[in-house]
Amino acid sequence: MAVDRTRLPALGVTPPLQFPEIRRHTLSNGLRVWTVEHHAVPLVSFLALLPVGASADPSGRPGLAAIASDMLDEGCGELDAMELHDTLGRIGGHLDSEIGSDATILTLSSLARFADRACALLADMLTRPRFEARDFQRVRELRLNRLIQLRDLAPALADRAFTRLLYRDHPYGHMPLGTEESLQSMTLGEVTAFHHSMFAPSRMTIVAAGDATHDALVASVQAAFEGWSTTSALPDLPDPVLWPLPPSPDERIAIVHRPAAAQSELRIGHIGVPRRTPDYHVLLVLNIILGGQFVSRINMNLREDKGYTYGARTSFDFRRGAGPFVLSASVQSEVTTESVSEALNELRAIRGDRPVTSAELQTGRAALTRGYPRNFETAEQISRGAAQLALYDLPDDYFSTFVPKVLAIDEAAVTRAAEQYIDPARFVTVIVGDREKIAPGVSRLNMGTPAELTSI
Amino acid sequence: MNIPYTRQTLDNGLDVLIHEDHGCPIVAVNLWYHVGSKNETPGRTGFAHLFEHLMFEGSKHYDKGYFHPLQEAGALLNGSTNADRTNYWEVVPTNALELALWMESDRMGYLLPALTDAKFENQREVVLNERRQNYENRPYGFAGMAVMAALYPEDHPYHWMTIGAAEDIRAAHIDDVRAFFQTYYRPRNASLALAGDIDAGEAMELAARYFGELDAGDEPPPVLPPAVAPVTVERRLFFEDRVELPRLYISWHSPSIFATDDAELDLVAEILASGKTSRLYRTLVYEERMATEVAASQSSRELGGYFQIIVTAAPGRTLTELAQAISDAIETLVVEGPTVPEMDRCQAQAEANFIFRLQTVGGFGGKSDQLNAYNTFVGDPGFFGRDLDRYRRVTAAAMQQVAREWLRPEQRVLLSVVPKGRGTLALAGSQPVEVS
Repeated sequence: MAVDRTRLPALGVTPPLQFPEIRRHTLSNGLRVWTVEHHAVPLVSFLALLPVGASADPSGRPGLAAIASDMLDEGCGELDAMELHDTLGRIGGHLDSEIGSDATILTLSSLARFADRACALLADMLTRPRFEARDFQRVRELRLNRLIQLRDLAPALADRAFTRLLYRDHPYGHMPLGTEESLQSMTLGEVTAFHHSMFAPSRMTIVAAGDATHDALVASVQAAFEGWSTTSALPDLPDPVLWPLPPSPDERIAIVHRPAAAQSELRIGHIGVPRRTPDYHVLLVLNIILGGQFVSRINMNLREDKGYTYGARTSFDFRRGAGPFVLSASVQSEVTTESVSEALNELRAIRGDRPVTSAELQTGRAALTRGYPRNFETAEQISRGAAQLALYDLPDDYFSTFVPKVLAIDEAAVTRAAEQYIDPARFVTVIVGDREKIAPGVSRLNMGTPAELTSI
Repeated sequence: MNIPYTRQTLDNGLDVLIHEDHGCPIVAVNLWYHVGSKNETPGRTGFAHLFEHLMFEGSKHYDKGYFHPLQEAGALLNGSTNADRTNYWEVVPTNALELALWMESDRMGYLLPALTDAKFENQREVVLNERRQNYENRPYGFAGMAVMAALYPEDHPYHWMTIGAAEDIRAAHIDDVRAFFQTYYRPRNASLALAGDIDAGEAMELAARYFGELDAGDEPPPVLPPAVAPVTVERRLFFEDRVELPRLYISWHSPSIFATDDAELDLVAEILASGKTSRLYRTLVYEERMATEVAASQSSRELGGYFQIIVTAAPGRTLTELAQAISDAIETLVVEGPTVPEMDRCQAQAEANFIFRLQTVGGFGGKSDQLNAYNTFVGDPGFFGRDLDRYRRVTAAAMQQVAREWLRPEQRVLLSVVPKGRGTLALAGSQPVEVS
């Protein structure tokens, strides 16, 4: 049969997706244990989610939560750091630690035959870290050195300046890594106290997934964690939705000077909305049309039409509290002004002059819904998905209602969301680049004189 | 452990490999062309990668961009170019398999009628911006170029990096695109792998229908690289960069991909610098606090490999002391060999790494990509198990032997990258190199 190249082949029937079953248990100490069976490969993973991240850093102590989580694998229980990592190596273990604004997540994957050992090691790291002085000194030094190195990384500078301008002293106003000043004066006692006050079974969720039965996974977690208890009653963690937001900054546009930079690193945006917004799904559709995939307006304009950049994107950074909405791109220095101007045009146009078309809506909704199954391929993906449910208090039927909710969104809803959630009056523009090349053009944008940021 | 597959070579020479995995209702379409920057010539560098970009700009029967219909079908897609090969992939829900095959086969067969000056000029700018973003505007971004230029003679295609020289990219011509396409983008120079929730027989039929009609074309010309003179006298180079901390790159020639000693050196890299218990991390970062980070890798390619150690000095520490400490660590390994715990760890990690590679059907490094890699480089898509065996067979004595043979002090190239105006922080006797 010859190929008909006069038209694209029609899609077949949408394949049904069987959502993985997540079983939920609670241990007597309050620890939530969620299990997922996934038998494709002989691996297991244990993900520990603590809804305590960099936003929990005490005032004047940016970087404390991150260094506390970084110290967890520097020795625990009977093992010093080297012995711990020797053991991890022997079970084929992969340890991943990440800290964001809202959460600390530790994931340990290993060969399935070592599930109990892996889970026990994870428990020791979380509940019995050694926190020794010499390790603290070293880890702090490494983090200070990392801060030094980030001075040369344009994207890091841009993120930092943008975050700082938007959020100031708000708990989201600093990077998890913290600042030199804070790290320099931090003590091991503070780290220990932070761990003691924040890490508790009643606050933690373990997602255990992989090549084992639900019962076996629960048994592994139970054996490893049931002895963990907290002596004193813990106060509830603050609800980030209730944190007051700072007013829009006076600086509408700011430059971080980087002499002879080959590109300008751009950030344009403002504070957005929390993950729990009822408009979450419509914002996903809006964003995928505006700047959330290759064929989005921003990328097609700045990259495919103009050739100003290797790629441009937008995102609503959904967090427990209101995270930022931001457009990001790294553009050729010579066309910085044109790029900012085009970006601002697109951000404004989708609110009214050029509202979302039905074709765009169709593409955006389809990309989100038809592509949904591939989020459930590996045990790690499923664990991460489950962790999102736990972190944002999402309903149990969240996965199975995703597709119908997205498909129910129409053009009017997207345009309304654009009007409501993208607010040009509040935009802050940050440019990390060569001031000599970009300042003259930028002054023509009618955004006022750019503020120059030096100490960020 | 293996990636089971069925294989058929179409009459036009295209290899089709099918792997069934019914875990998730998706299918990976993965297409390798056996062409990369090693098929370029001096003065025309960066072209294979620029060409890859043009493959996403539309083809004769669908000339409105490659991404749109696929993203609308729920696809994730991308492509990449390295020295040896160019790959393209889509991960689609199973009901879009035919669409993906239509699109891939259309650009394999009918790219040129849709090619325009405007597309070409646009993507040339995009690639120049990719180069600015990933190399020119990035700390230490030029180091790879300096190392490759030092390891290989000017007329060897590994002398340059895949991104190429900016002036060459600017000088590229649209006629070169036509010639390149006709020479290399042929079924006989490609390998197609489909992996996922499909029936092997049906998928094979679809692949044959969409790709079978394409003209086989001529055999591409072989790459005939000039001989590479071994490094016999240590070379020391440096350049100044917009960085805060000096960094040292130590590089040696090493075996080609899948050649004798390749797996052994891979595990040598592992025990030297992978994880906290590795020798260099433990000494330089953990105990002595001389370095902020250290990495080692055996990068093996078709025409030859390179073994590399990268170390960044902690503030106030010198590259000289780091170089000495690394020399000492290698010397100790050569004299004493790996320990039993090291062997246990690196073997367990190797096994785990292979299993981790079996988790996804598509994307970079997924099962479909691996089938094509094995097919392209060894001629055996089923090489996965034998590849793992290479690692299982590695002995402590063999690692000691390859470290002695390949990591000799007189055979290394030492590149210091130091902060602007601080050339004195480079290793003594380093010659400046021009990078841009």
